[in-house]
Amino acid sequence: MPVLGRLAGEGTRSPLGNRLMSHHWGMAVDLDRCTGCEACVIACQAENNVPTVGEEAARRSRTMHWIRIERYYEGEFPNPRVRFRPVLCQQCDNAPCEPVCPTYASYHTSEGLNAQIYNRCIGTRYCANACPYTVRTFNFFNPAWDKPLHLQLNPDVSVRQVGVMEKCTFCVQRIKAAEIQAKAENRELREGEPTPACVQCCAPKALVFGDLNDPASEVSRLSRSPRGTKLLGELGTQPKITYLQRESWNGEDR
Amino acid sequence: MAKTAEQMQQDLLRPVIETSGRFSTAIVGLALLVLAGFSAWMYQIYTGIGVAGINRPVFWGFYITNFVFWIGISHAGTLISAILRLSNATWRRPITRCAEVITVFALLIGAMFPLVHLGRPWLAFWLAPYPNQRGLWPNYRSPLLWDFFAINTYLIGSLTFLILPIIPDCALLRDNLSGWRSKFYGALCLGWRGTQKQWRQLETAMHIMAILIIPVAVSVHTIVSWDFAMTPVPMWHSTIFAPYFVVGAIFSGIAALIIAMVFLRSSLHLEEYLTPHCFDNLGKLLLVMSLLWFYFIFAERLTTWYGNTTSEVAVLWQTVRGPYRHLFWAMVGCNFVVPFPLLAIKKLRTIAGTFLASVTVVIGMWIERYLIIVPSLSHKFLPYAWGTYRPTWVEITITGATFCTMALLYLVFSKLVPVVSIWELKAGLRE
Repeated sequence: MPVLGRLAGEGTRSPLGNRLMSHHWGMAVDLDRCTGCEACVIACQAENNVPTVGEEAARRSRTMHWIRIERYYEGEFPNPRVRFRPVLCQQCDNAPCEPVCPTYASYHTSEGLNAQIYNRCIGTRYCANACPYTVRTFNFFNPAWDKPLHLQLNPDVSVRQVGVMEKCTFCVQRIKAAEIQAKAENRELREGEPTPACVQCCAPKALVFGDLNDPASEVSRLSRSPRGTKLLGELGTQPKITYLQRESWNGEDR
Repeated sequence: MAKTAEQMQQDLLRPVIETSGRFSTAIVGLALLVLAGFSAWMYQIYTGIGVAGINRPVFWGFYITNFVFWIGISHAGTLISAILRLSNATWRRPITRCAEVITVFALLIGAMFPLVHLGRPWLAFWLAPYPNQRGLWPNYRSPLLWDFFAINTYLIGSLTFLILPIIPDCALLRDNLSGWRSKFYGALCLGWRGTQKQWRQLETAMHIMAILIIPVAVSVHTIVSWDFAMTPVPMWHSTIFAPYFVVGAIFSGIAALIIAMVFLRSSLHLEEYLTPHCFDNLGKLLLVMSLLWFYFIFAERLTTWYGNTTSEVAVLWQTVRGPYRHLFWAMVGCNFVVPFPLLAIKKLRTIAGTFLASVTVVIGMWIERYLIIVPSLSHKFLPYAWGTYRPTWVEITITGATFCTMALLYLVFSKLVPVVSIWELKAGLRE
């Protein structure tokens, strides 16, 4: 299985060739820092032209957020506790969504991103079923925005048609812009230059984004943390997002 | 059979030559219902796939259920008739054609559903590998693409398998009719003159097709099962799925065949051809498949329960004692509890008994497909993303219309071609 082997094995190789990946984008999520404020959800929605589906569709479980804050409750009243976990596309190195797409709409880029190529998508929704994290969202209708949000669409991001699957891209438009800028100035990309919208607006700095190929980057350092876990890591999807588990949980401070 | 060859020919050609008022009424009524389904589909294409009840996380619902169900029904014909032909069972002669035609029509209906369910059905041709301006082949790693090839292969194979033994009967119609109808059948029978050489060639071709079609039929439902089994979804990711689906397909296929035969028998007055003996034998086959089905679902559920993987067991309990429990136990009732005594006790294995058992089996197998798809999707790994599913009127209309489509196609076919193969019955007389 040379192709699968390459996908599953060394993260430094592209699925199509032997070229070393220049970057291997990843994220660390510090659950101790996440307050569940959902600023990331809103930032993502604004940055990526994610439609606001409205109350009725939301009730039918058709929200389109690319990142969501999962809430899990523990304990009984009057001492209930809530755990937050931001869940976005895990950008798996061995992604179940990719091989099942009959038209290569779900595709692994040379920088290790799980790209979704909207133009190729015919809407089988197979990728969304295969995804164990349920992070793929589907355009059940043509997109619409509550006024005046329709005036703030991001020109760097395409608007998706009805019947097309979409998902978190790690704000690939920002990554590309930073890369082009660095190339124009004839220098290497500096850490922190490409920053996804969710990371940029995370006030408690729970989300950290960077290049996993650079062992000195903060995201690499956090990913090596003993607190680090992978979401559903037992499935072998090799997510590029590392969750740093809570240490403050048992303390009385929460 | 006490009838002579001439009487037989008369009896079986009559439905083709004469048209009753009841037939026309049925055609018009069914056509209207099919049109209703078609309109619902057009409405869905125009408005967006969101008019169906699917949501996040239940991205597949009624349409894929129907897809698997109808592809399953398609195993009635070709597989059963091929096996009976190869084993040279003499009671097959009156039923092979009814069976083979179910296959072709059920496949056409089933193969339509991936289109109905697509988000952008106008781009469905992108599944076909042809040199294109996008510079892209389809993804051969995707089970959906395997489906595309498997179903097309099966469709071509079963069409050939259906048409081959029709040729001599078309020639018979050519000789017994006059005017444009004679010309029509003359074209259909591809220059059949009934020479010794032609008979030999037909026999060889049918023998080859009967052998070829069996692995193709098995592969089709195997690959349909892999649409599910290849993905890491709880209760889908299972090695038992391929044989389980094939068994379920043959099971529902035989049931569909029995139902079709009962209707043909009474409406076309074929009492002396589709005899209780045929139903008795098919009933025994159905009994075997019912037992096999029960064996598979028992093995599947037991290993899941004993293995006790959190995510898998969550889905298991959803179906067995959770919100899907009514459907689950209805399925067990329909597929095993009711048909088993009806088919196992010789006294009950009459035409009425096998018919009743078949109706419950078809219902039960539809529920089975629904229960494979929806509970697993609604209860994947992360509890926060769990969901429910409720079909909309669009999905229900289209689903209902497919059954009418089947009936309509079957009626039209029975008008075009004798549903019982005349030359094969005559050959049986000679033996």
